[in-house]
Amino acid sequence: MTVSGIVPGGLGDHAPGTAGEVAVPPGGDGAAGVGQGGSPWLLAWHRFRRNRSAMTASILFAVVVLACIMAPFYARYVAHTEPFTSNLTGTTPIDGQQVPVIEPNASGLGSTPIGPTWTGRYLFGADTQGRDVAARLLYGGRTSLIVGIGAALITAVIATIVALIAGFAGGWVDAVISRILDLVWAFPVYLLAISLSTVLLLQGLKIGPITVDPASLWLPVLIISLVYVPYLARPVRGEVLALRRREFVEAAIGQGISRSRVIFGELLPNVVPTVIVFLPLMIATDILTESSLSYLSIGVQAPNASWGSMITDGQSQLYTRPLVSIAPGVLLVLTIVLLNIVGDGVRDAIDPRGLLPRRERRFRRRPGRQTPARVS
Amino acid sequence: MIRFLLSRVASTVGVLFALSVLVFLIFFAIPGIDPARQMAGRNPTPETLAAVRATFGLDKPLPVQYWRLMDHLLIKRDLVSYTNRGVKVVPELFAAAPVTLSLVLGAAVLWVGGSVLLGVIAAVWRNSIVDRLLMIGSLIAISIPVFWLGQVANLITQDRFHSWPVFSWIPPLGYTPITQDPVLWFKHMIIPWIVLAALYIGLYARIFRSSLIEAGHQDYVRTARSKGISEVRVVFRHTVRTSLGPFASLFALDFGVLVGGGALLAEVVFGLPGVGQLTFQSLAGLDLPVIMAAVLYGGALVVIMNAVVDVLYARLDPRVRMA
Repeated sequence: MTVSGIVPGGLGDHAPGTAGEVAVPPGGDGAAGVGQGGSPWLLAWHRFRRNRSAMTASILFAVVVLACIMAPFYARYVAHTEPFTSNLTGTTPIDGQQVPVIEPNASGLGSTPIGPTWTGRYLFGADTQGRDVAARLLYGGRTSLIVGIGAALITAVIATIVALIAGFAGGWVDAVISRILDLVWAFPVYLLAISLSTVLLLQGLKIGPITVDPASLWLPVLIISLVYVPYLARPVRGEVLALRRREFVEAAIGQGISRSRVIFGELLPNVVPTVIVFLPLMIATDILTESSLSYLSIGVQAPNASWGSMITDGQSQLYTRPLVSIAPGVLLVLTIVLLNIVGDGVRDAIDPRGLLPRRERRFRRRPGRQTPARVS
Repeated sequence: MIRFLLSRVASTVGVLFALSVLVFLIFFAIPGIDPARQMAGRNPTPETLAAVRATFGLDKPLPVQYWRLMDHLLIKRDLVSYTNRGVKVVPELFAAAPVTLSLVLGAAVLWVGGSVLLGVIAAVWRNSIVDRLLMIGSLIAISIPVFWLGQVANLITQDRFHSWPVFSWIPPLGYTPITQDPVLWFKHMIIPWIVLAALYIGLYARIFRSSLIEAGHQDYVRTARSKGISEVRVVFRHTVRTSLGPFASLFALDFGVLVGGGALLAEVVFGLPGVGQLTFQSLAGLDLPVIMAAVLYGGALVVIMNAVVDVLYARLDPRVRMA
């Protein structure tokens, strides 16, 4: 039951909110809804669909995701060697001749992997282990995307739960949670992520019955998701605090409905827009963070590979076979650019007021960070 | 104002204490990490392990260990590294600080100048083709991982095009102190500066542009325009000035993070022996005293910069003090 469902044909409380601000009261932007009909979500979707660059970016991002996620099904047609097994002594036919994948240098010191070949099997060449770079790009992208999307989703879930509890309970619960969030917020993200990764990579994680292997993908996912929780939990908590004082929530409480119905029926739907605006940009940040950790060799561990760890692997032969390191970087940058465009589009669609001048918001308090500081 | 100042100082000290406890717990209290095993070499006998533990006080209860560490680090300043025996941590950190400072200062000059310039251009000609191109460029700049851009820059300037006159003057990766040879110092730093600044130019140009556009909608700007003031004057006297506040506060925070070691990826990729690289090496070698010192140094800079920005803001705008 929604006490304040005024929007005609709308979903009641599901009014699109704004990042960092209290959601619009249902009916508040209902004027637009009356004319076109449909829920606020539908209106947001219409706005998003009209945004050509955001739509193009979403489609391209979907292509990247599909290409990487489906890698196990078609990678063997791209490359004829396994992406994770070394091929130090193999040969490959080029123009009818068998050429070794790893060629010993003329000086007798070291060796050079095969470069990019159109006619051979190695489209982008091989890395120092003789592994096909093209196939590894697909599998690496899979890992990067899984870590990025997984970590962003976990951050969103944890932060929303924490913010709902803190904002609804108030009192000492709120005080304790807020102080912890403040502390993690004050801790530079890179230090926390690097410290946790260093410690946990040594021996994995054991909490009661749950054991996480050091080589598991869960480790980077959990670490990255945890360090970013305050960046979402703090604004959402602020929204919950403000919502709690609003008439429709007081009316719901006054009617004597259960706490969980207030939290999940009244408060949660109103903070969801903020969380959704946050997601694409968070995925981008998470993918970048993972690549940074991998560059310091404390991110994704072998035999898994991510774009970040591939860039690191290629560093030793940067000047002889630059593509090993450059290619994953190009894909990484492309993916992040697409995610940023999608993120901006989602924000503009869900929070169209952001496009208008925001007089009342200026100078109300010191402008803080809305996005976490980047590791650089 | 004095009450505000005192409360800020108190909370800064509190956060720093909590930070040090948190780092200490991560490295000393998570089971499975045994610094003694790290130091005792391969396959140590139980007796060696016990001896190492006793020497470094690792057999004492955690609060005592914490106190001893902090005492040696902050009061006696004679904390020594676990892995490089005899190397004192505090001087090591202060030897690395100038490297980081010269990297970050140079990059900051580039990024403040560049982003203000690009932000003003984009805001004045907004929705034009120039604006579009600048914003696409800055979007790409913020999407590039610094270490990868550094590798590309190295590939171009150190190898592929090094024989070209444009890049032939660039010395091999490394660092020369400014006191030793200012010209060589500059040659070493110029590429790292550009690479590190690229990300921040993109970030700040976008922020500055939107803040300029937002300021352009304010009533006082409309008043200024209606009085017939020239557009140049409107932009530089009114909108740019009001937009510099948020810009400066964000800058202070980022500057604190970078000076405190946040530029570690740039330092690692360009082989600059700064605080970030020291932090990273100590983490990789599990050199706990150095980790504690580096993390506290970085954390302190961030927390103190935060407090400074808060105080400056309260000084400029009394409404913040009330909130």
